[in-house]
Amino acid sequence: MGRGMRLGAAVLLGLVLPFGSTALPAQDLAIVGATIHPVAGPSIERGTLLMRDGVIVAVGADLDVPAGVRRIDGTGKVVTPGLFDASTQLGLVEISLESTTVDSRMSGDPVEAGFDVVDGLNPNSTLIPINRLGGLTTAASLPSGGLISGRGMVIDLWGETGEAMLVRPRAAMVASFGPSAASVTGGARGAAALRLREVLEDARFWAANREAYDRGETRPLSLSRLDLEALQPVLSGEIPLIVQVDRSSDIRAVLRIADEYGIRPVIQRGTEAWMVAAELAVRRVPVIVKPLTSLPAGFDRLGARFDNATLLHAAGVSLAISSFQTHRAHNITQEAGNAVRFGLPWEAALRAVTLTPAEIYGVADRYGSIEPGKVANVVVWSGDPFELSSRPEQVIIRGVLVPRESRQIELLERYRTLDPDRPPAYREGGQTP
Amino acid sequence: MIGRWLRLVRRSSVLAAAVGIALPLAPLQGTPAPQEVGSEVASADRQDAADVLYGRPNGAWMSTYRPLPSRPTLIRGATIMTGAGEELEGADLFMRNGRVEAIGRHLEVPAGTEVIEARGRYVTPGIIDTHSHLGVYPSPSVSSTRDGNEATAPNTAEVWAMHSVWPQDPGFTRALAAGVTTLQVLPGSANLVGGRGITLKTVPGRTVQDMMFPGAPMALKMACGENPKRVYGGKGKLPSTRMGNVAGYREAFIEGERYRREWDAWVEGGMRDSLPKRDLAKETIAEVLRGNIFVHNHCYRADEMVGMLNLAREFGFRIRSFHHAVEAYKVRDYLARDSVAASMWVDWWGFKLEAYDAVPQNIALVSEAGARAILHTDSNMGIQVMNQDAARAMYAGRAAGLDVGREDALRWITANPAWALGLDDRIGTLEPGKNADVVIWSGDPFSVYTRADQVFIDGALIYDRQVSAVQPTTDFEVGILPSSARGGER
Repeated sequence: MGRGMRLGAAVLLGLVLPFGSTALPAQDLAIVGATIHPVAGPSIERGTLLMRDGVIVAVGADLDVPAGVRRIDGTGKVVTPGLFDASTQLGLVEISLESTTVDSRMSGDPVEAGFDVVDGLNPNSTLIPINRLGGLTTAASLPSGGLISGRGMVIDLWGETGEAMLVRPRAAMVASFGPSAASVTGGARGAAALRLREVLEDARFWAANREAYDRGETRPLSLSRLDLEALQPVLSGEIPLIVQVDRSSDIRAVLRIADEYGIRPVIQRGTEAWMVAAELAVRRVPVIVKPLTSLPAGFDRLGARFDNATLLHAAGVSLAISSFQTHRAHNITQEAGNAVRFGLPWEAALRAVTLTPAEIYGVADRYGSIEPGKVANVVVWSGDPFELSSRPEQVIIRGVLVPRESRQIELLERYRTLDPDRPPAYREGGQTP
Repeated sequence: MIGRWLRLVRRSSVLAAAVGIALPLAPLQGTPAPQEVGSEVASADRQDAADVLYGRPNGAWMSTYRPLPSRPTLIRGATIMTGAGEELEGADLFMRNGRVEAIGRHLEVPAGTEVIEARGRYVTPGIIDTHSHLGVYPSPSVSSTRDGNEATAPNTAEVWAMHSVWPQDPGFTRALAAGVTTLQVLPGSANLVGGRGITLKTVPGRTVQDMMFPGAPMALKMACGENPKRVYGGKGKLPSTRMGNVAGYREAFIEGERYRREWDAWVEGGMRDSLPKRDLAKETIAEVLRGNIFVHNHCYRADEMVGMLNLAREFGFRIRSFHHAVEAYKVRDYLARDSVAASMWVDWWGFKLEAYDAVPQNIALVSEAGARAILHTDSNMGIQVMNQDAARAMYAGRAAGLDVGREDALRWITANPAWALGLDDRIGTLEPGKNADVVIWSGDPFSVYTRADQVFIDGALIYDRQVSAVQPTTDFEVGILPSSARGGER
């Protein structure tokens, strides 16, 4: 049955989908007999997970499966929440070097706070099926570049339209501090700090003098009205400021500025965050790290070490793991596995790719763990999700069993055999075994 | 004197490659053995001729590598994956004088042998990367260290990557700690003909020559597709198109062929006339045409790879390996037919249009087709997880129903790259007589949780995860952080 027919059937049956329109309806599903890692609580051996209308309704060891619910045999399988990557550009980038396919960056001014990536979201990006079949169900998709890059969103990797994919638009403001921010603001870290303070100062001033501003009776401000407005949820603490920053002293500078303006920073990349672990823990500042980082790639990253995540976790810092590789974002499993290789407890690594990202973006009430009431984003793995031999056998997003379709699978099928009498051009992509 | 040297050199292409010279001989074309140097050659010319024939003024650029001291060593009770197809459980490996001497169960060894208990652990050959820019694009990556692309002309066959290698790149020590023992450092891909690459050992050295793999053939880096046309098209120069690319290669080989004939004729004529004019760029191409330098060709698209095979046929040379080759799976039959290797990633894709059709089964498909599949990195991070990425390529293939096994996955990072570098008689498998480049892993090398415990190069323990005194560090990292911030997992 093709997608179109499935959609037709769904409409005919009058199914009400929990999130806008999608091609496939959420099913009533039960995964039975699996090792379930809910993240929110202890692991469950031979557990059952019930999902209805795209929502988790029950999870436990001794659950009855109601009649009419589709059963998925989980014997010998491992079930986790759908993976959540805290830092990607999914839906905003197709081919990195083809500028017509890149919508993650607004270039013009070092400060583009008003830039909102939502309207550039391409639900037909081939990256989305490829990544979701790797077990990634949810992602923060963020802008990049400059001192303040703009506002990022949270999406589920499912949905026919951008609206349908959206979990939370404008969920974070993105910035950077260090050599790249310095280079666009005057060539020194102090210049970047000066501009950052000016921006926050002006945004605060604007909020307190809005009417005078509209009447043209204020001093000149350094930002456009749209930028000033966009910064308000940052100043109010409603959304975090994700700051790409590496050097320990740069992280401390970010913490100082955050304290001055009462904003909630999240450290992204944080190559030397382990040197600042105690301060980050006390202030409850989360860090998004790439565990496979071991080289002094720049003079702001001399303290690179594989066990950064381990040390941060041990100090009590809230930790998220990303590969910072949009095309291969699903490789956060390998990243998480390597964090474990260098000492991070396995459970902490799983939390770093599920619940902590959901917390960072303010969606942990619906995402990041297997608990009744949460969105049914779930992955059934053939084994330990971080082990190289494991693979996702079923990916469920909003209660939908995701079909095994992607451009990569179709290319593989087209070239699975080389038949001189039947050129690849006459073949469709096919089904994966 | 020179004639004697020539005969010696000619007998051993290995030695020819070792001295890295523009040897005016044509082993592939069957040049007759050269005569003694004629008395007509003036003594100054004679010295020049010697320079050229012996390889860069008096062997000036030869390897100065010396193995570190080693003791006879027995690794006992390990699971030994030989790279030649076997996975032997509870097996011993004995190495002495830099070589693997024996592999088997319950080996008898002489008194004084160092014994390493390795029950529950795995042993493989040292890992080999055919595509690295360590040393030429080192860490930290700043403008003063970026020495990998002489992007000022589309044909820079005259440059040698070894002259850019910074031996203090911390990437070398990281690669060693990940079980990599040999790597080929190539110029970048900005140019059609980028220059000569060099094969190094991950041993610490004060000079690049201390790291050079003795006798390894040099490489010629060539590049297809988007990069050269972007770099030179952007400057309003040829090439700005793919047809411009191919015209550029053909021009280079036409000139190189003329140069080869001129020099070979001079040698065949007994070196009596005055020395032909030397040209570094043409000398490199001439050496490719003689089969002494191996072509390593950055090329993504299937159709362009076949085009390069045509180019090789037109000029009578061989391409040893395509690199990146994200569409190799589409022309895996051509690769098998022409015995050309493909050095590939497991799943890099999408960073440019020519990398759009990647499939994670690329390596498995090429391998299954009987072509020589290689996992390469082109990355200072990727080189630290080659065992993991080979595993991922294997599991991706298996998940799609392809017939690839653990022994294949190991070959992709050992025996096959050894062949591509022309070193398969010395490294890439664990067999008696081979160089004792050996890794002891904490567990299955195809698990994400496994680490390289000990690494041997030529029988010498050169890295030990448990012993900081056996963990080389670079000058760059000496004292660069306060002592309170040192140490840790790197």
